[in-house]
Amino acid sequence: MTTRTMGEPIPRREDPRLVAGDGRYLDDLGRGALAAAFVRSPHAAARVVDVDVSRALEVDGLVAIYTYEDLEGPMAEPLPLLIPHPRLHAGRTAYPLANGVVRHVGEPVAMVVARDRYLAEDACERIAVAYEPLAPVVGLDAAVAAERAVHDDVPDNVAAHMVQEHGDARAAVAAAPHRLELDLSIERSASMPLEGRGVYARWDAADRSLRVYSSTQTSTSVRFALAVKLGVPVDRVEVVAPDVGGGFGVKIVHPWPEEVLVPWAAIRLGREVKWAEDRREHFVASAHERGQRHHVSVGFDDDGRLLGLDVEFLHDNGAYTPYGIIVPIITATQLLGPYKPGAYRAEFRSLYTNTVIVTPYRGAGRPQAAFAMERTMDAIAAYLHRDRAEVRSANFIQPSEMPYDHHLTFQDGRPLVYDSGDYPATLDKIKKLVGWDEFEAFREEARAAGRRVGIGLACYVEGTGVGPYEGAHVRVETNGTVVVATGLTTQGQGHETAFAQVAAEALGVPVERVTVVTGDTRRFKYAVGTFASRAAVMSGNAVALAAGKVRAKALRIAAEALETDPDDLEVADGMVRVKGAPEREIALETVAVLANPLRYAFDEQTKLATQFVVGRGAEDPPVAEDDEPGLEATDWYSPVRSTFANGMHAVVVETDPETAEVRILRYCVVHDCGRLINPRIVEGQIHGGVAQGVGGALYERMVYDENGQLLNASFMDFLMPYASEVPKVETDHLETPSPLNPLGIKGAGEAGTIPGAAVLAAAISDAEGFFIDTMPISPSELWALREKEDG
Amino acid sequence: MNEVLHETHLVVNGVPRTVSVPARRLLSDCLRHDLGLTGTHVGCEHGVCGACTVLVDGRPMRSCLLFAVGVEGAEITTVEGCRAAGGGLGPVQQAFQDCHGLQCGFCTPGFVTTITAWLAEHPDPTEEQARQAIGGNLCRCTGYQNIVASVLRAAELIREQEAAR
Ligand code: FES
Ligand code: FES
Repeated sequence: MTTRTMGEPIPRREDPRLVAGDGRYLDDLGRGALAAAFVRSPHAAARVVDVDVSRALEVDGLVAIYTYEDLEGPMAEPLPLLIPHPRLHAGRTAYPLANGVVRHVGEPVAMVVARDRYLAEDACERIAVAYEPLAPVVGLDAAVAAERAVHDDVPDNVAAHMVQEHGDARAAVAAAPHRLELDLSIERSASMPLEGRGVYARWDAADRSLRVYSSTQTSTSVRFALAVKLGVPVDRVEVVAPDVGGGFGVKIVHPWPEEVLVPWAAIRLGREVKWAEDRREHFVASAHERGQRHHVSVGFDDDGRLLGLDVEFLHDNGAYTPYGIIVPIITATQLLGPYKPGAYRAEFRSLYTNTVIVTPYRGAGRPQAAFAMERTMDAIAAYLHRDRAEVRSANFIQPSEMPYDHHLTFQDGRPLVYDSGDYPATLDKIKKLVGWDEFEAFREEARAAGRRVGIGLACYVEGTGVGPYEGAHVRVETNGTVVVATGLTTQGQGHETAFAQVAAEALGVPVERVTVVTGDTRRFKYAVGTFASRAAVMSGNAVALAAGKVRAKALRIAAEALETDPDDLEVADGMVRVKGAPEREIALETVAVLANPLRYAFDEQTKLATQFVVGRGAEDPPVAEDDEPGLEATDWYSPVRSTFANGMHAVVVETDPETAEVRILRYCVVHDCGRLINPRIVEGQIHGGVAQGVGGALYERMVYDENGQLLNASFMDFLMPYASEVPKVETDHLETPSPLNPLGIKGAGEAGTIPGAAVLAAAISDAEGFFIDTMPISPSELWALREKEDG
Repeated sequence: MNEVLHETHLVVNGVPRTVSVPARRLLSDCLRHDLGLTGTHVGCEHGVCGACTVLVDGRPMRSCLLFAVGVEGAEITTVEGCRAAGGGLGPVQQAFQDCHGLQCGFCTPGFVTTITAWLAEHPDPTEEQARQAIGGNLCRCTGYQNIVASVLRAAELIREQEAAR
């Protein structure tokens, strides 16, 4: 008998705390700490001529004001470039506080610390910064024209230029019987978690140690970064990610200017200091994504089969490149989706503009990739007068061709090799779910009633679970509880539940006995972080491996106690028992006691393990040479490469003939993320992902004016979908387990978002009868397109 | 530049409280930082997201748009006050767990208070009505589908409780 918990839709263990208001998010901590606030640049490009703080000094409760001049050593240097790449030939990062120049609205110029946030903001308002404004570079056209440079030493504004090619794509396109050229653009959006960034730091001067809480997706890496920046030995730094109110990518960036400045001030002042971002700061001083413009040249045969695909695109990386060129690399590689492209070439330029930095937001370059590829598929189908599903199907990689090598290099520096997936089966499912073959009848019916409807289909393949590694520690306590710690962080994915399920199953204990700690460097020091749909794959497998080790040790110790062979034992419901003779059993907590030979007893359980009660042979050391005390183990999972999840979305839309309003009538998702740990959590990820995909397709965009001012930096003007805008999602799934990891898992976090723009553009195009090449699309834009079409 | 403080009286989750706050102190900050009731969250501070929603004399209001001194004498219910009498989860809170109505949980307190007030007047909603009821609150994680289900489940739990009484 085993304890089945993997694959069960059990309720989340973290919920009772969170629904009752007992969660502990960043700004819920540190009551009484000093508050930090920042003076930020109102200009997109300017020289900082002077900072006059004199009027701020009279603010009651003011503690300190800092500018760049106050920074020394590593703090006075630019922030780290987290992911260097040989093709990122002109990577640039910001200083914690502006060093004479500001390059986007929102860049921090001075930090104020005061008794509370109100007073800190009072002081900020009284600091007079004299700027010499410069003409900014806004938008890709201005960046390419390079009449002005964002960085003086990068006169062409090009941060990176990269080409990846397999075969001779240009020759293949030129030789193909049919050719098409397309220009396809996506605008900027942003992760926009409901909780902004935040940092809270405590310096213990007597202990010379620092504890930092940060609303981050990677506490372990923040710890190493802070040790370097602050010159504090890494052993004296602890970083904790408390409950985090959403991340979606933006909180993987680190260390933020504020994230180094707050602890730095805490050390200097010997006081607790906290900063919780407000919404405007999040808009102008965190990160955005998505802005890209693609030119596609494609050559294909009479069946729509790709012979050559040549994609060039421009990527707007904003003012700095702390996160390297991960987003455009992902676009360049994931564009291929489930298809065999024939010869393929992708070339991009990543360009500086005087706007907020661009770093991964859920999907991370894939929504743009899916948009470019899927619009191309639709264009081919239209050109050949063929069914759109049929053209896609003609290009699929077949299950028998797995693993499939694209002969390209993925974002993790590893070969782009798909591990598994059954695309024809996925297509069958989505066609059935949405009623693809019956749609024409519905269209006719609708048309007769004066309604305009359309259907769209979009496919994607998503590399998930990138390395390099994650680890986990599993310990059985002497009271029978099991404590799991992993270093990666949680922002709502339900890791306390999912990892408990993995450990419970691997160990053979009821899930209620397992508690999980994530993102706390006091408990686990080595980790990478939560991003790229990697948590379940990476930490899930690490937890399973560590729990497996603990189980093996338990069997060994129990075998000694029961005088039998470990192979004859099993663990179920927290008991180690002899197979077939369940009366010969020993509780896991007793095994935990036996695993730790004691000199001192402190309760009834531990009395059993003291030196006059148990002991190995008189000549054996109490702990064998190759053993360790305690029923616990650490293990690591480090895959050779990513696993590849896939899926297909289909939507039915109705467009209003008068107002051009777009209404989603059906939204269907079929996805394959391998084996599921908790189907209800995966389903929730899909729902949330779809909401962000719909938002990005129909509502959300960052509107910059020519001066580099973000015109819609509030929830009043940046339109995130409410319940009224998000359709009900109908889902179905496949489970083709990944052969790459013991649990057979692929990631699911980003799946819902990736094809959003592609599938909605397809459906709207289908309803309207003309091709849509730019997303997002608002009713007024659709209306303008109609006017243009009507001539 | 010393600020004038005002003695302000509130009844929060049934308990009379007195705070000394500047006139500009937001009710959200007063609850969170002066009274330590950090269940009320702040997602925008400009009245759009609804995370800060509390009940003021039974009516849902955005505490980021109110000054503490402006609600002198009011009865305030926060998410912490939406628990069951015994201290366990209240019906709306329980429904959120039952239906996986939350992911990061940051928006949840504003939904719990809003739905608690709404169900008092709409004990037997349809799915469409439930969706409308939550139409003023933002959630970035869930896509709302399971929150709609939570509203319906909460209504069911409340009806069950009342029937058992
Ligand atoms: S914080 Fe009050 S509505 Fe957003
Ligand atoms: S659960 Fe995260 S914002 Fe709603």
